[in-house]
Amino acid sequence: MSFRMKTFHNGASFLRSEIPQPDNDTFFQGILDSITAGWRACSYFGVPNSAGATLYCVMSDRAGSGTLGIVSTVVGRSFPSLASVCPQLHLFEREIAEQCLVRPEGHPWFKPVRFQKPLCDGEGFWKDTDGGGLLPAVMDFYRVEGDEVHEVAVGPVHAGIIEPGHFRFQCHGEEVFHLEIALGFQHRGIERALIGGPTPRTMHQMETIAGDTTIGHGQAHCMIMETLGGIFASPRAETVRGIALELERLANHTGDLGAIAGDVGYLPTASFCGRIRGDFLNMTALICGSRFGRGLLKPGGIGYDCDQAIADELYTRLQAAREDLAGAVALLWNTPSVMARLEDIGIVSETDAREIGLVGPAARACGLNRDVRRDHPFGIFRMSQIPVITTSTCDVAARTLLRWLEAERSMDFIDEQIRHLPRGGCLNQPKGVASDSCAVALTEGWRGEICHVALTDDRGRFERYKIVDPSFHNWNGLGLALRDQQISDFPLCNKSFNLSYCGFDL
Amino acid sequence: MTNSIIHIFLALVMPPLLLGVIGKTKAAFAGRVGAPFLQPYYDIIRLLQKGTVFSTTTSWVFRAGPIVALATAAVAALLVPFGAHPSPISFDGDMILYAYLFALGRFFTMAAALDTGSSFEGMGSAREATYSCLAEPTLFFALITLSRLSGSYSLTGMLSNVSGGAWLYAGASLLLLIGGMFIVLLAENCRIPFDDPNTHLELTMIHEVMVLDHSGPAFGIIQYAASLKLFVLGAFFIQLALPFATGNPIPDWGIFIVSMLLLAVLIGIVESVMARLRLVRVPQLLVAATILAAFSTLLVIR
Repeated sequence: MSFRMKTFHNGASFLRSEIPQPDNDTFFQGILDSITAGWRACSYFGVPNSAGATLYCVMSDRAGSGTLGIVSTVVGRSFPSLASVCPQLHLFEREIAEQCLVRPEGHPWFKPVRFQKPLCDGEGFWKDTDGGGLLPAVMDFYRVEGDEVHEVAVGPVHAGIIEPGHFRFQCHGEEVFHLEIALGFQHRGIERALIGGPTPRTMHQMETIAGDTTIGHGQAHCMIMETLGGIFASPRAETVRGIALELERLANHTGDLGAIAGDVGYLPTASFCGRIRGDFLNMTALICGSRFGRGLLKPGGIGYDCDQAIADELYTRLQAAREDLAGAVALLWNTPSVMARLEDIGIVSETDAREIGLVGPAARACGLNRDVRRDHPFGIFRMSQIPVITTSTCDVAARTLLRWLEAERSMDFIDEQIRHLPRGGCLNQPKGVASDSCAVALTEGWRGEICHVALTDDRGRFERYKIVDPSFHNWNGLGLALRDQQISDFPLCNKSFNLSYCGFDL
Repeated sequence: MTNSIIHIFLALVMPPLLLGVIGKTKAAFAGRVGAPFLQPYYDIIRLLQKGTVFSTTTSWVFRAGPIVALATAAVAALLVPFGAHPSPISFDGDMILYAYLFALGRFFTMAAALDTGSSFEGMGSAREATYSCLAEPTLFFALITLSRLSGSYSLTGMLSNVSGGAWLYAGASLLLLIGGMFIVLLAENCRIPFDDPNTHLELTMIHEVMVLDHSGPAFGIIQYAASLKLFVLGAFFIQLALPFATGNPIPDWGIFIVSMLLLAVLIGIVESVMARLRLVRVPQLLVAATILAAFSTLLVIR
């Protein structure tokens, strides 16, 4: 049986019967061959059934073609692991094992992902020794043995005001040999709650997958609902969504630039960026009343119109913020002690980045030219493109510089769009949800590629709604960035990635 | 007698003000209003009113840490002259006691940190031990130079000899010394670029990480002792850098107080315009300080 994928474009829906379902050997060999040929796994998940699970793999072709592919297969209680040859699949396979109770045979790093309950009835692979529920970060950590090796455990409660996550360092003096990251403290069971949806609460759940990526995840969900309902958002709505997405990117990139400056003890930029981040958040609040864009996006359009007065005000504020941000960030590049601190720290080589499948700014800072806004354009980005920026030094300095360059492009984009808002309605009422269908939506949140996949049953209810946050791809990148680094550089590396804990934990 | 009382009064009351001035300076650079000048006093008073938690794994060493740190800094404050006024206690060789009082305080702080068994505090102790080893030679080269210049073995004798006149015949040597001592002043007091006293990131800290497990009054004592240490080392530095004296006791006290405040502003400016060093670069800067001080010694003993 030859390997064939159902190919489609971003934001498409099709009948589930159109998804090819080859036998296991063809499926796994096909995935392996595709990844070798330059395809990349966007999402790889299972739908559990009584005898095992059906695995679905959504892949993205090389940049330029705009093609996505999906393929599935039915497996029993186990399936062959590809993780040792395709590291980008390793976390997906562990997730499948945890959610669907099917074992990836030969997985090199077989551990829980979120310490969650499976989506179906049955015994999980991991049990708590105390007999209670499975607790996050209660597992066997990788250890380096030796007299001079010591272990440092950080978290889940941190000194900073950040989310909970547990980090285990294997150190030799100040040098880190290995960093293992255990998450799951923020697991809320979003995917489980979505089974049987959509309900009126669904949109709100989407907005809180990762609170700082409200628009990114919201947009992906809107695309799913629109394609399943056979409606379109008006050009005006798409433009406002695009502006909101870029404002979200601006606010977070600005916050990150300030946080990076704060971590190296450089106060002026840290203080200025903290305020300017607020300015960008307030611009989002100007449109919809919420600084994080809650309630702005609705399937079919937008919940709040952006009238001329708001557009003019937004334009004025953006000019002021641009000037402030340029001044604050220029201080970074002009201070040698800051640059000395950022350069050559936390390097992830381009090869490693490609193999573990990094996305978003973390990937672009390694020279990987991938951006959903260009590769798989959605919404306003089909009409108006934002240039993709890459930097090549792969270190913290590259990730810092990239954030500023992206912020500049985003401001140019908003600048242009806000002056030419298309006329028209804001909200097309959604109709029913197509039954027995599959829909896939990719968006470029500020952390990178967000992938939502919906599978509906014969009554148009979600049988499975799979969410992949960019952090899911990128946490391993942080672990690699710390190899052979100073342990005192961890906070800086962590900030330069600034990954989401709750987006990962779902 | 009056001068001794003023000396003790200033040593007890003024140190936290320096932290307040540093904070205000940094706030001004960041475009903020900043906390009040007296905020460090409020913080210490607040901490002293709180309860303390002692881990059951710790011993008396953990409790002794803050107290020894305070006691050593307080005794050192009695040995160093403030401005043109001689110190209350002075004898030949007190400079050795001065240097090793700080070492004793540091030893107990590190022992108390190791006593908790925390991996962070162990790392902090290792860093502190490494960097203080590297800072010590600078201080001793400085003391040798000053001793050679003045022919005295007590701090009061050494420092009162530094005046406008000394600058005329040993200016190059004193200039090198000031460079080295300023670096040591920043390193010993855990200021940027060596350590960030404001950071909350336990993996990057040096001094702050050693006191993570102290709380309430014990932590208040640590904060006060740290400011006292800054004050005492600052007084030593000021006497080298700004040796102005009128000969009249009252204006001389004024000059001393203003000089100390200027020093705090200077530290605040340094903290505002530069980032922290990578930890692996810290020894290099400390060695540079030692080399500066060594050259100053070479210049006076040739």
